[in-house]
Amino acid sequence: MVIVKADLEACQGYANCVVGADDVFDLDDDGVVVLRRTTIEDSERTRVEEAARSCPVSALVIEDD
Amino acid sequence: MARTVIVGASVGGVRTAQALRAAGYDGEIVLIGDEDVPPYDKPPLSKALLAGTTTADRIGLLRANAAAEARVELALGNAATGVDREHRQVLLTDGTSQFYDDLVIATGARARPSPWGTPPGVHVLRSLADAEALGVALRAGGPLVVIGAGFIGAEVAATALGIGLDNVSVVDPVPVPLSRVLNPDVAAVFGALHTTRGVHTRFGVGVTDVKETGDGLEVYLDDGSVLPAATVVVGIGAVPNDDWLAGSGIPTDDGVLCDSHCRSIEDPHIWAVGDVARWWHPRYGRSVRLEHWTNAVEQAVCVAHNITHPEALRDHTPVEYVWSDQYDWKVQLVGRTGGEIAHVRVDGADPERSFAVLYADESDRFIGALTVNWPKALITCRRLLNRADAVPSSLPEVRALVDDVRRAARMGAR
Repeated sequence: MVIVKADLEACQGYANCVVGADDVFDLDDDGVVVLRRTTIEDSERTRVEEAARSCPVSALVIEDD
Repeated sequence: MARTVIVGASVGGVRTAQALRAAGYDGEIVLIGDEDVPPYDKPPLSKALLAGTTTADRIGLLRANAAAEARVELALGNAATGVDREHRQVLLTDGTSQFYDDLVIATGARARPSPWGTPPGVHVLRSLADAEALGVALRAGGPLVVIGAGFIGAEVAATALGIGLDNVSVVDPVPVPLSRVLNPDVAAVFGALHTTRGVHTRFGVGVTDVKETGDGLEVYLDDGSVLPAATVVVGIGAVPNDDWLAGSGIPTDDGVLCDSHCRSIEDPHIWAVGDVARWWHPRYGRSVRLEHWTNAVEQAVCVAHNITHPEALRDHTPVEYVWSDQYDWKVQLVGRTGGEIAHVRVDGADPERSFAVLYADESDRFIGALTVNWPKALITCRRLLNRADAVPSSLPEVRALVDDVRRAARMGAR
């Protein structure tokens, strides 16, 4: 398993992560990231990491369990 | 072993290196940068870094250990001076060269220089060194005169006010700044924002000269007035760093000329990413060069895919996305906006500070949006535009969807 973490203080609501992987990331009404899931499969890692790298404030971390 | 050399260590270059590994590239990767500091991110330079709420070591893009882990060789503090295509060598300032199988040009853009000279106190803002020098100058006090009311100029003015300067002016020759990217009635809102926050605006007035005085600077305007300044920031756009390619046979014209795969029109092993790339956008049917952070990231992924999948090349057909933080306003633009195209405004929860403006082409098809302090509406618009090829949406349809976003938020608040 792979863990997804979000820094809610750093998040600025740029929404690139939602465009990249909307099955993992969403924004709340204040524009702060919401994790729809906190774990992903190994097979999803490349796609979700790409979404995380598109965060302009590096608020998202993908790491091994 | 295959070898990719990436010239330029800002976001386009770094993300290309990372995306190559993600795409399974097993060859050597060399990342060349002209600055003698680890790769860093540029958006904070006019915002949090200038404000002092973040530091240089917190805006890093690729730390030494991450580079080592990804097997990316960093070659910093050594600018590229040319390309020898015959021998596949990138030539460097220190006289050495780097062999490549594939070359990625990601040298970005530099601030358009001040046409009024650069006496002490006149700044541009593009690099970390620029931001650090400007930060020191601002903390010594005002007055500050910002020339150019685009995104960089507006952000600098807002940040300066935030760190305590009380005499900040913004000058722009255009009567309504931003009216090129936004239609004038919408753009006027941002001019008014400066005024309500206490910034003096001089719009529709050109600068004729900037002169040194005994103890500062004077900015001369074409209406005959003179603004005293301790610091002047010139924010009048950027020019692509493609001049180092002169003589290499790599065609440039306001950027490196590329096909729809972001590959040089002259050489199938040379690619371009980010602000320096001018590529053929198939959906627009013309060449495009974008100075947007998100485009650099998406273009890096496209080029990494194309280097690793020569049998299945992808077109780069992004929907533009850019943001700006001005005072406490979050301004986000997606797709095509502005000019004479039709638009409709939709109010957010607090119409005084949150709203969206939706733009349509001549056949009423939704093509872009501005959102202010309303990220949820932005997501709705970006999703629609990202699949715009498949499902053309009319302006009324999109308006109804954005209205739904506001209603859903109100329901949630109860």
